[in-house]
Amino acid sequence: MDFSLNKREELFLQMIREFAENEVKPLAAEVDEQERFPMETVEKMAKIGIMGIPIPVEYGGQGGTNQMYIMAVEELSRVCATTGVIVSAHTSLCMNPILEFGTEEQKQKYLPKLASGEWIGAFGLTEPNAGTDAAMQQTTAVLDGEEWVLNGSKIFITNAGYAHVYVIMAMTDKSKGTKGISAFIVEKDTPGFSIGKKEKKLGIRGSATCELIFENCRIPKANLLGELGKGFKIAMMTLDGGRIGIASQALGIAQGAMDVTVKYTKERKQFGKAIAAFQNTQFQMANLETRVQAARLLVRQAAYKKDMHLPYSVDAAMAKLFAAETAMEVTTKCLQFHGGYGYTREYEIERMMRDAKITEIYEGTSEVQRMVIAGKLFK
Amino acid sequence: MKIIVCIKQVPNTNVIKINPETGTLIRDGVPSIMNPDDKGGLEMALRLKDQLGAHVTVITMGPPQADAICREAYAMGADRAIILSDRRFAGADTLATSYALAGALKTLDYDLIICGRQAIDGDTAQVPVSLAQHLDLPQVTYVTDLSVNGKLCTVTKETEEGHQILEVEAPCVLTVLATANQPRYMSVKGIMEAFDREVEVWNADQIDVDQSRLGLSGSPTRVKKSFTKPQKTPGQLYEVDAEEAVELIVSKLKEKFII
Repeated sequence: MDFSLNKREELFLQMIREFAENEVKPLAAEVDEQERFPMETVEKMAKIGIMGIPIPVEYGGQGGTNQMYIMAVEELSRVCATTGVIVSAHTSLCMNPILEFGTEEQKQKYLPKLASGEWIGAFGLTEPNAGTDAAMQQTTAVLDGEEWVLNGSKIFITNAGYAHVYVIMAMTDKSKGTKGISAFIVEKDTPGFSIGKKEKKLGIRGSATCELIFENCRIPKANLLGELGKGFKIAMMTLDGGRIGIASQALGIAQGAMDVTVKYTKERKQFGKAIAAFQNTQFQMANLETRVQAARLLVRQAAYKKDMHLPYSVDAAMAKLFAAETAMEVTTKCLQFHGGYGYTREYEIERMMRDAKITEIYEGTSEVQRMVIAGKLFK
Repeated sequence: MKIIVCIKQVPNTNVIKINPETGTLIRDGVPSIMNPDDKGGLEMALRLKDQLGAHVTVITMGPPQADAICREAYAMGADRAIILSDRRFAGADTLATSYALAGALKTLDYDLIICGRQAIDGDTAQVPVSLAQHLDLPQVTYVTDLSVNGKLCTVTKETEEGHQILEVEAPCVLTVLATANQPRYMSVKGIMEAFDREVEVWNADQIDVDQSRLGLSGSPTRVKKSFTKPQKTPGQLYEVDAEEAVELIVSKLKEKFII
């Protein structure tokens, strides 16, 4: 595997860095402080194609690779983790399952508008009583004539309220356990579907995280995504892809923390010299830099395997586990280098530390990633 | 409408470092970029493409590595890209460079030639004006705005005192400032397609020139001495009253831990 960038990827990186630096970074503190969804950034991203990078051209996407998509999530998250997860959830959790499991009609209907960024996508699996134990789905879908009738609720749904299209898991036959779960496509404004409470969060505060409520929500029979009873499998495969996106988000947060800390430690003077000149700073930063690069290679490896259509589930789990724990370690230690200043909102590092924590939790906690890795190891 | 934009690949002087012992630029590892004034010129041309459906060709003289800025121009929306690349062009000063470019332009159709004001590596601003002389075309320098109505171009020209609004008839040469506009980002689609397209590489035999006037032999300029100006980080301009200025200065000094 060669992870050096080709000329196209180099040009892409140049573009996404310029965009992140000029358009995303200046808003990062504000969207965090105001807990505001950065819709203007989404519109700008839509205009240049960032909302549909790995979607084939025939479905209105850019025909890029997963490698390019994760580079985008990393570079966006490096300056604003909120923006990174908006793109990641939209791409990996909504467009990807429609692309992988949708009928031709579903793909034609939803992907062009999603990939162009005219619509935003979301994904609903988690429920109040179905977190890591995702099989405990209590939302139900019952076929009534030509319509499915959904009842129940989902929580912690990223992009909720701003999304037009939601990929939703619901129990269609409780007696069959995980094989009784099916996936559906639900559009916003469908009668019976409403957005509930918006969460107040520690980090990624510009990202909209809400409850979804289904009360006799009737959707066309044709909105079943994939085969009946295959929803759990679809959800798990979708999360495999999503984990590469979140791993990239974590990687971007870690890299962003390194960037600001290298700069800060060169400027900050104590005991007559820059704190970057102390060996403690140098050795700790060297360790962190090594971890960040190791995380990057794991993330690239997982994306490479997905691009090559090779099995990548365990690779994605390792990438997410390692990148998320790296992001937490790097931001915590980098905040320490900032001392008291780092604890204030004048500096970006405290936001980065708050943003990092979620990467150890969502789209499968670090414990779930260890279960996936161990499952393969002890097969 | 056919527009030709002259572009140049330059070292990114914002990140360039100076060898303190020899006083020369350290070019190793310095990324190359499209010259900022040229990018402003390309954006001006692409806006005319958006409005009027103009056809935009970019042309550059340089080593084969200049391919990178041609791909960037494609990813931004240019229609055709040409590199003049030949050892016979090597060592050209601004006279020989503008002569070679003029030779290439004589073989192309155009209504408008847009150049950046000057390149950040040489800072002479001589090539575009010489180009206009070689082609015997009217020219307006330091352009920040342009509108086109048939053959009539209405341009805003920046001056030290303010600006002038001038009318000039196409074909003509305009030199554009980087501050004229905010160049668009490359699109993802443009990047995907940029490498499937051809960047034409022309040699000295393909252009309309007297070959003795190319390269070093066509370059009367002799460098007597070169020196580097002291390094300065880019400043920031604040227009505030005295009281605010004091607060601002104090906070900046604190931020840098100077006080």
